[in-house]
Amino acid sequence: MFYREAGDFKTSYRDDNQTFPIKFDRYRYYVVLAVAFGIIPFIINDYWANALLLPFLIYAIAAIGLNILVGYCGQVSLGTGGFMAVGAYACYKLMTAFPDVSMFIHVILAGGITAIVGVLFGLPSLRIKGFYLAVATLAAQFFLVWLFNRVPWFYNYSASGQINAPERDVFGIIITGPNAPAWATYLFCLIFLTACAIIARNLTRGTTGRTWMAIRDMDIAAEIIGVNPLRAKLSAFAVSSFFVGVSGALFFAIYLGAVEVGEAFGIQKSFLVLFMVIIGGLGSIFGSFAGAAFLVLLPVVLKVVGADMLGWPTDIVAHLQLVIVGGLIILFLILEPHGLAQLWRVAKEKLRLWPFPH
Amino acid sequence: MNKKLATLALSALMAAGPAMADLVFPSLSYRTGPYAAGGIPFADGYADYFTLLNERDGGIGGVPAKVIECETGYNTEKGVECYESTKGEGALVYQPLSTGITYQLIPKTTADDIPMHTMGYGRTSAKNGKVFSHTFNYPANYWDGASGAINYLLDENGGDLSGKKIALVYHNSAYGKEPIRTLEELSKKHGYELVALPVDHPGQEQKSQWLQIRRDRPDYVLMWGWGVMNQVAIQEAANIRFPMENFIGIWWSGAEHDVMPAGAAADGYKALTFHNVGSDFPLYDDLKKYVVDAGKAAGAGDQVGTVLYNRGLYAAMLAAEAAKKAQEISGKADITGADMRAGMEALEMTEEKMAELGLPNFGPAFTVTCENHGGNGMVGVTQWDADTKTWSLISDFKPTDAEVIGALIEEDSAAYAAENNIEPRCN
Repeated sequence: MFYREAGDFKTSYRDDNQTFPIKFDRYRYYVVLAVAFGIIPFIINDYWANALLLPFLIYAIAAIGLNILVGYCGQVSLGTGGFMAVGAYACYKLMTAFPDVSMFIHVILAGGITAIVGVLFGLPSLRIKGFYLAVATLAAQFFLVWLFNRVPWFYNYSASGQINAPERDVFGIIITGPNAPAWATYLFCLIFLTACAIIARNLTRGTTGRTWMAIRDMDIAAEIIGVNPLRAKLSAFAVSSFFVGVSGALFFAIYLGAVEVGEAFGIQKSFLVLFMVIIGGLGSIFGSFAGAAFLVLLPVVLKVVGADMLGWPTDIVAHLQLVIVGGLIILFLILEPHGLAQLWRVAKEKLRLWPFPH
Repeated sequence: MNKKLATLALSALMAAGPAMADLVFPSLSYRTGPYAAGGIPFADGYADYFTLLNERDGGIGGVPAKVIECETGYNTEKGVECYESTKGEGALVYQPLSTGITYQLIPKTTADDIPMHTMGYGRTSAKNGKVFSHTFNYPANYWDGASGAINYLLDENGGDLSGKKIALVYHNSAYGKEPIRTLEELSKKHGYELVALPVDHPGQEQKSQWLQIRRDRPDYVLMWGWGVMNQVAIQEAANIRFPMENFIGIWWSGAEHDVMPAGAAADGYKALTFHNVGSDFPLYDDLKKYVVDAGKAAGAGDQVGTVLYNRGLYAAMLAAEAAKKAQEISGKADITGADMRAGMEALEMTEEKMAELGLPNFGPAFTVTCENHGGNGMVGVTQWDADTKTWSLISDFKPTDAEVIGALIEEDSAAYAAENNIEPRCN
């Protein structure tokens, strides 16, 4: 009824190719942006920011990054945790070396450094594929964590090997450290997420994205029709690592404030982001959001319901949480192997016909 | 639906927060995950002591104490969630029992004006109250532990360790790395050779480290381990027939569940401590009467008297004493986090006070001041007897090398102050 193409006349190619071709979708998108930018910052408190929204925004950036590599270009990576660590440590070194430079620049530079590292570790992808590439990126994960643990220069020779985010600001507003207001940290991450999502969306529907998808679908055929696999694969690694590096920098500087590489960026982080991408939906920007929301919010919701509302013992709630999240993941993968994004797509198809499906 | 429930829950939580008149002691515990074996007894001891105060004395200064448990799983992200969800409830003091979470909370608690007590863990240089206004680590810290172990070995060797080889097996994290700097400084002073062997989280794989120990034949092995790493290390030491009496763990590597799996082979294993062991104290009679027999014990109630249960109890006792002091200073029964901080800073534990509480000689006597948030750093040594399955104190609480540690603390806290633009207090 409301959700339909009929009556929405497009008179230019530009209109025809826009991200949200259906009017209802487009307005919904504007409403989401308006709520996220215009309303949430005024009602947010520390709990909502630090326990729910910041991890969601940051993991969503990481998931978009990994989705570009795995979902769009078909290169399996288990090095996400390591690349996030590169972003975090790059951001830390930049923050402490140039305290007067704006955090925006630090985070973007951290992403850039991660992109370079990502390309280096992406080089083997030119020779190896599939599971073998996954193992090669796994090596990146372990090597990078080992490196940040081993070389004291990366953590400025502190006694414990921890890195701590000092207080830094953007246009005079404190953005890192304990005195940063919740709305500022939230908006800072939101701006990065919005920018990343828009960039990713536009990259993936242009030439670059099409070459990635050609490589994903069949690399030999892609090469024959003129796709340069070197450029396609390495650009996917670079863009993906850039996003992952940005998320790592935000994860350290804005969200946690203090990080220990083995604990925060271990192999389990790589798997977590990979699960987000798989559950959300491979090759879908919306899927990255959905997957991040699912895996970040669900444990917190279960904890709030179980421990705080029902008053169950905390250990039972923690165990139940593992059982429920694990069970839901299996259930989703059986019922909808293409992830939450596919559920959304099906829902949209149904909505177009509703209420007259014939 | 889920979102609605969560919203409801959260709004209910937030509405209920300020009206509460209890003294809130959040317990960021971990009863799950690879470190649960250590987390459970500590959390039980912490909760049981406050239950005892409520049942026997009607709370602290007439106000009931309330322990809010939040499961962290030793995970820093969950720790942040727990901190944010409990701080609005009028939390008086945080005890995260995790060095990683401690590092996160040091700046946060300072900004929110809630004190944090990291008893025998966390950031060692937090002893310097001039820089770390809201963090306390009395009665002893890791560097005291390192120095205490070396002092004990000095005693054993007639005051001379030159030419000896000492290996450190440590958890490769902020926690395990803490003692290295002190041990290096002490090795310059006493002339022993230090070999550092990192073990990665969670510590189930230690074959190569112990192979290296078998090859290098160090005279002594020190261990900074936690969770499953301890049991594995003691088993591996037994496998290579390393003499147990030359193997000394930090206080986090010296509980019953660490030595039990190795059975008789663990006999003679030593661990440092900053409080007494066993349940041979008058307080335990009250504990049995009011808490255990009344069915109000936390968890399964089977941990009473174990090493880590005692430590949880000790932590709770120190928190309760600080709260009493805070009530005395502020002149009101219903104190806030800021009052609590002042109470902790004025805390004085004497032999008489502990005897009065039913815990004579349970821990060292110490005084907290504005400059010194770490107490006097007295460290004792315990030894495991596999036949009777008991720990016993074989070396009483003795002072540590304040000269070496003091200089290191000054240096590390100065670096922190410079990084974060902190003006020294207490002038």
